[in-house]
Amino acid sequence: MSVKDPSQEPLISAKGLRKEYGAFTAVDGIDFHVNKGESFGFLGPNGAGKSTTMRIIAATLTRTAGEITVLGKDPEKSGPEIRAHLGVVPQQDNLDNSLTVEDNLYVYGRYFGLSKKYIRTKIEELLTFAQLEEKRGVKVEALSGGMKRRLTIARALVSEPEILMLDEPTTGLDPQARHILWDRLFRLKEQGVTLLITTHYMDEAEQLCDRLIVMDKGKIMAEDSPAGLIKKYSTKEVLEVRFGSDRNAQYSDQLRAMCERIEVLPDRVLMYSDDCEELLHQVVQAGMAPTTSLVRRSSLEDVFLRLTGRTLVE
Amino acid sequence: MVIKADLTRKGSLQIVDVPKVLRNGSLYIAQARIWNMLQWKWSIAGEAFANPMFYLLSIGIGIGKFVNSHQPTGIDGVKYLVFLAPALLASACIIGASNEVMHPTLEGFKWNKGFFAMNATPISANQIANGVLLSALARALFGTLIYYSALLAFGGVSGLRSLWLIPATLYSAAAFAAMMLGFCAAIENSDLLMNIVNRLLIMPLFLFSGTFYSLSTMPKFLQFIGWLSPLWHATEIGRWISYGHHISWQAVTIHFLYMTIMLVVGLFYAHHHFKRRLSK
Repeated sequence: MSVKDPSQEPLISAKGLRKEYGAFTAVDGIDFHVNKGESFGFLGPNGAGKSTTMRIIAATLTRTAGEITVLGKDPEKSGPEIRAHLGVVPQQDNLDNSLTVEDNLYVYGRYFGLSKKYIRTKIEELLTFAQLEEKRGVKVEALSGGMKRRLTIARALVSEPEILMLDEPTTGLDPQARHILWDRLFRLKEQGVTLLITTHYMDEAEQLCDRLIVMDKGKIMAEDSPAGLIKKYSTKEVLEVRFGSDRNAQYSDQLRAMCERIEVLPDRVLMYSDDCEELLHQVVQAGMAPTTSLVRRSSLEDVFLRLTGRTLVE
Repeated sequence: MVIKADLTRKGSLQIVDVPKVLRNGSLYIAQARIWNMLQWKWSIAGEAFANPMFYLLSIGIGIGKFVNSHQPTGIDGVKYLVFLAPALLASACIIGASNEVMHPTLEGFKWNKGFFAMNATPISANQIANGVLLSALARALFGTLIYYSALLAFGGVSGLRSLWLIPATLYSAAAFAAMMLGFCAAIENSDLLMNIVNRLLIMPLFLFSGTFYSLSTMPKFLQFIGWLSPLWHATEIGRWISYGHHISWQAVTIHFLYMTIMLVVGLFYAHHHFKRRLSK
């Protein structure tokens, strides 16, 4: 958890931030701040306004209204000065496919005005970090998805940025590749790098973020630590029961009376309570025999469902 | 398995040199583009050698022999190959440079979005545009040097004065490539439009710019294509430099002015669209 040091201004602070595209409002007047060393997340479904917010922070998109400072500067006035201290990992890898792994890192380092000597040394470290030492001379087009992702992250680190911004860092990766990436991001966090992450994966947000905002339709629905959000908006445990698609809705009134809250999804019913083993016992006692049942801890998915009435991944 | 993978860290505030990037950013982009071209070095070199060979052997010498035998005084007072040489040089240089801005611009905005990666650093939109143009000119310079050497070997150019063809030709290539850079940045969804430009703009420029015969032998209504074409202006200047083709100093000034306007307007337009597309 980050503790706010009163002597220190937040690295990023936004007030009433708004972005409109014609009649469509992508970001609808949001306030937030990010402190140094913090790992800060934007959680929300596709189209919630996360990437738009990220691009405004990264000084590559102009805002329609509101205030924002990044490292104490206005991104619209000091684009190059701000971007000099950001490492940006976009949603889609935009590496130079016809150059080798090593040359991609080298060329990118030059864009920050780094000396050739410095970059050459840094490349060795980054290749180890990204586990790409054996691929150094290989053209990017021949790499797997996970390798490209790691290279994109390594590339963003060539300038040792103050803030590393990751837009959906693990979308499209297999579980093993995701865990390697998470491990790398943890190491960076331990070194005091401020991380800014957008994701629509609740497990990713829980793993990586100290604090996060939940976004939907351009607005902030809630803000807290993952544990804090779960405590505030959900129960300790969740019971998932399936009765078959017809009967899920049919039993809903009966189920609702047995616990704090239920959510009826197309394929299952979620029942919220602090003691779900006991709850399951009651359900069975009442003569409703679920075809499957599962007791689990509450997650951010439940928080999102509570806040918006929708699931994150649709 | 434990992997030793910690990074040393001073932090960007210590190591990134923003003023240096503000000064040299365009050169960094050009360098990256040239590295990229070097992936295709054999095909680029092959084209640079083959192109002048084909033209010089077929048109310069083949047709030249035919023209010279029917017109013993030559065209414009010189042998056909000498008349043709500055035009061939300019057209190869202009087409080479414009290809080298068209493809990377489409790729950078659309196909692999590399321009967005460049713009995520202190590099600005204008520097990306300038860098692409510079790298295209570097390639055009390479092609021009080879073409010029071939012309020299075949007797199409001669004398120290003809060396001035090289910078003059590059200047015309810069003017045309700047326009193409702006155009490619402006179009967003149309590869078709690109093909139309290639076939219906560049090809006629080559045919109607007084390349193979003097523009004044054409009917007036076709001559205006030549007046608009940077290739005609470049060819006129090239002939003036190469063998002293008679034109007034006012005409020389107008030719240079026309190309300068193209360069300035093209760059302005390119900067505008690079900025617009990278920040939306």
